[in-house]
Amino acid sequence: MEADDDVALEPMSDETMIPNGTDEVEDQLRPRSGRRDAMSGEQIDIEAYASLYTERTKISRLLFIADQCGNQSMQLEALRMAYDEIRKGEDSHLYRQVVQKIGAGLGPNYEFDQSWADIIDRRAEQRKEKLENELNGYRTNLIKESIRMGYNDFGDFYFAHGQLGDAFKNYVRTRDYCTTSKHIIQMCLNVILTSIELGQFMHVSNYVSKAEQTPDSLDPITIAKLRCAAGLAHLEAKKYKLAARKFLETSPELGNNYSEVISPQDVATYGGLCALASFDRTELKNKVIDNVSFRNFLELVPEVRELINDFYASRYASCLDYLDNLKPNLLLDIHLHEHVETLYTQIRHKAIIQYTHPFISVDLPTMASAFKTTVAGLQSELEALITENQIQARIDSHNKILYARHTDQRNSTFQRALQTGVEFEREVRAMLLRANLIKHEHNQRAARKL
Amino acid sequence: MDSVEALVAHIQGLSGNPAEISHLHSILKQSEETLRAHASNLAPYIDQLQPSTHSLGYLYLLEAYSCGPVPRENVSSFHACVVGFINSCSAEQIRIVPEKFISLCKRFKDQVIQHQLPIQAVAPFMTAVRKLQSSHEQLTALHSDYLLLCLLSKCYKAGTGILNDEILEIDQPRDFFLYCYYGGMINIGLKQFRKALECFHNVVTAPMTPINAIAIEAYKKYILVSLIHQGQIPTFPKYTASSAQRSLKSYAQCYVELANCYATGKYSELKAFIQSNMEKFQSDNNLGLVKQVLSSLYKRNIQRLTQTYLTLSLQDIAKAVHLSTSKEAEMRVLQMIQGGDIFATINQKDGMVSFHEDPEQYKTCEMILQIDSSIQRLMGLSQKLTAIEEHISCDPVYVTKIGRERPRFDFDDFDSVPHKFL
Repeated sequence: MEADDDVALEPMSDETMIPNGTDEVEDQLRPRSGRRDAMSGEQIDIEAYASLYTERTKISRLLFIADQCGNQSMQLEALRMAYDEIRKGEDSHLYRQVVQKIGAGLGPNYEFDQSWADIIDRRAEQRKEKLENELNGYRTNLIKESIRMGYNDFGDFYFAHGQLGDAFKNYVRTRDYCTTSKHIIQMCLNVILTSIELGQFMHVSNYVSKAEQTPDSLDPITIAKLRCAAGLAHLEAKKYKLAARKFLETSPELGNNYSEVISPQDVATYGGLCALASFDRTELKNKVIDNVSFRNFLELVPEVRELINDFYASRYASCLDYLDNLKPNLLLDIHLHEHVETLYTQIRHKAIIQYTHPFISVDLPTMASAFKTTVAGLQSELEALITENQIQARIDSHNKILYARHTDQRNSTFQRALQTGVEFEREVRAMLLRANLIKHEHNQRAARKL
Repeated sequence: MDSVEALVAHIQGLSGNPAEISHLHSILKQSEETLRAHASNLAPYIDQLQPSTHSLGYLYLLEAYSCGPVPRENVSSFHACVVGFINSCSAEQIRIVPEKFISLCKRFKDQVIQHQLPIQAVAPFMTAVRKLQSSHEQLTALHSDYLLLCLLSKCYKAGTGILNDEILEIDQPRDFFLYCYYGGMINIGLKQFRKALECFHNVVTAPMTPINAIAIEAYKKYILVSLIHQGQIPTFPKYTASSAQRSLKSYAQCYVELANCYATGKYSELKAFIQSNMEKFQSDNNLGLVKQVLSSLYKRNIQRLTQTYLTLSLQDIAKAVHLSTSKEAEMRVLQMIQGGDIFATINQKDGMVSFHEDPEQYKTCEMILQIDSSIQRLMGLSQKLTAIEEHISCDPVYVTKIGRERPRFDFDDFDSVPHKFL
């Protein structure tokens, strides 16, 4: 019962904060702007980065950085923090893995602590037995609410011990015993959290929509959480436009309330980059730059805000500069790293298209300097875009000028009409032929029957 | 022997008017056995008949004669005889027994091919086809043989006369398959790839329950010709027979891979692929076409450049399409300008090529005439469609079937169907 009350109370206490307005939320977030240095610097400040997250995602993110950074001291730093974090929890399996990774790199304080692991394992054994007994008791008595709690406790237990698959199963099992929409929301959030850790984003989007379908109106923080989860799911499915929409809809009430999954800084980065890669100019203006609530997020990561503004104001060189600076750190992000290259290419293509759009002719050397590339490199990029019909223009490679191409409507209409005529004629002929063949076959079959 | 003499007398006597001819026809039918028995001795009797007036009898005798083996020394006289008969026979009389005429012609064709003189039969077959068909829309069994003869004697032009007819009436699907297959090959010979594609398309998409060998061979050529003409293989339209959709690709695996390789646009890769599958293409007799596919890749790549560039140096062209020298690139571009594939000018002084837009303005009299003629054609076609639709909607079988399938209790619907058909 106790555990349930805790969970139930949490949103309530948050709700009371909302009337104080967004300022407070911002105040709450500002002191943590250590991320600012982390984002712009050559190297990510792991300490500041890790402080944005709690629970399991903190550990997974640290481990991910350790795997990806390829820098000895940074790797050990990340592992050290992960080690400390794990010691606070109860996942002895993960503990063994991390200790193995650290090896002898961090001195005697970070070697394998057999007694700790044993204590944890023994305690887990006892707790599991207790939970099992309790659950069996509830099930024989058929008290719905208690069974739900029992499964929920099991889910929490497995989650804490890193058995995510089992945790997922138990959380899903509570579904049959949910009686109020509050329970359903709780179940959904648990499942979403576990699925994100498992990397199964199909479940995430499923359960987000389930949570959104509950009849009672949700409190703003839950809505924000669900938006973030949905955004992550779309991001993983490479649906950048949808992901951008979800992140942009996230209200600033999110604050640090979802630090077990995502930080508000991440919302700004993910949302900003996805929006740049997939939105057109007006959408970018209306939904990102003029979006008051999203501005709160963007304030947290000024680089992203600046690069979006630069992009919109056509200052591509500085925009691309910001992007290049961000890149090494984004590659260390557990969710974004896979998509960085795709998003970057898309943003670059967008920038090139947008640059050429208003002109009848563009001087290639000038454009190349705007994009910090060589004329030859730009030419091949343009060539690819023209071939994909994203830019209607042709290159005068002799004088290094790009000319916009305006198709003659009259001529192209004539051409299309004639083409359609020819195709129609051919199709009809072929159809008549086929009809005759079918008729013949039909006749033959009829003759055989007779 | 007497019976044959009597028969000849009958033929001579009864070839005047239609009534007599039908009587003669029944007599001839009864004496078919006798004729076969005396097959080898018929030559002198045949000489007694006039091919133009006694066509029916002449046909019977000649057909019986051709059944048996023709002695080597008589071959040329037999050929002369058949050619003479085809040229002078009366169309009405031979159409009474088309199967005899067809079998005679087919034997003639076999003989000619056997003696490697296919060109001798091209002209007579043209006449034979025209005499046999009641309208130009009808596909006879001789069409495909005629096209085969054209192919074997390399008289591709001769084939176009028949291929330009709009075929609509089909007796035997097999004839149709062969007709389209050979027709496609003739059009390849004439480099009329668009028409060739149309022919193969007809074969590939024709309704067929079990898949047949002609369709498979046609599909192979279909892939190659579409690569040459369009640069890619079109997907199967949804009316394609399901058996064809399922299995054609697996029968032509090698060709599908070739198309995939072509799509990458890399000359060296395509060349290597063709080299490694040389034997396969050779055994399918498609190596020539495959080579044309290879050289069309240059063309395709240059064409792509025209979409992107206004001016480009010959050197860059050579580099972009993997040609070794700019001289070679110049030749290619020149050929394409001549062929009307691209619109460009070459400036030899600084080695620059300027690409232009299509100069056609759709303002000339010729263009208007062309548009007008295609409007007329389409109008004709749509009239034909309306007529067919009327014909079908008056077909009692169709109407009863449709009437039955309508929802029973909707009386409004029943009213639109004439009551006598229900």
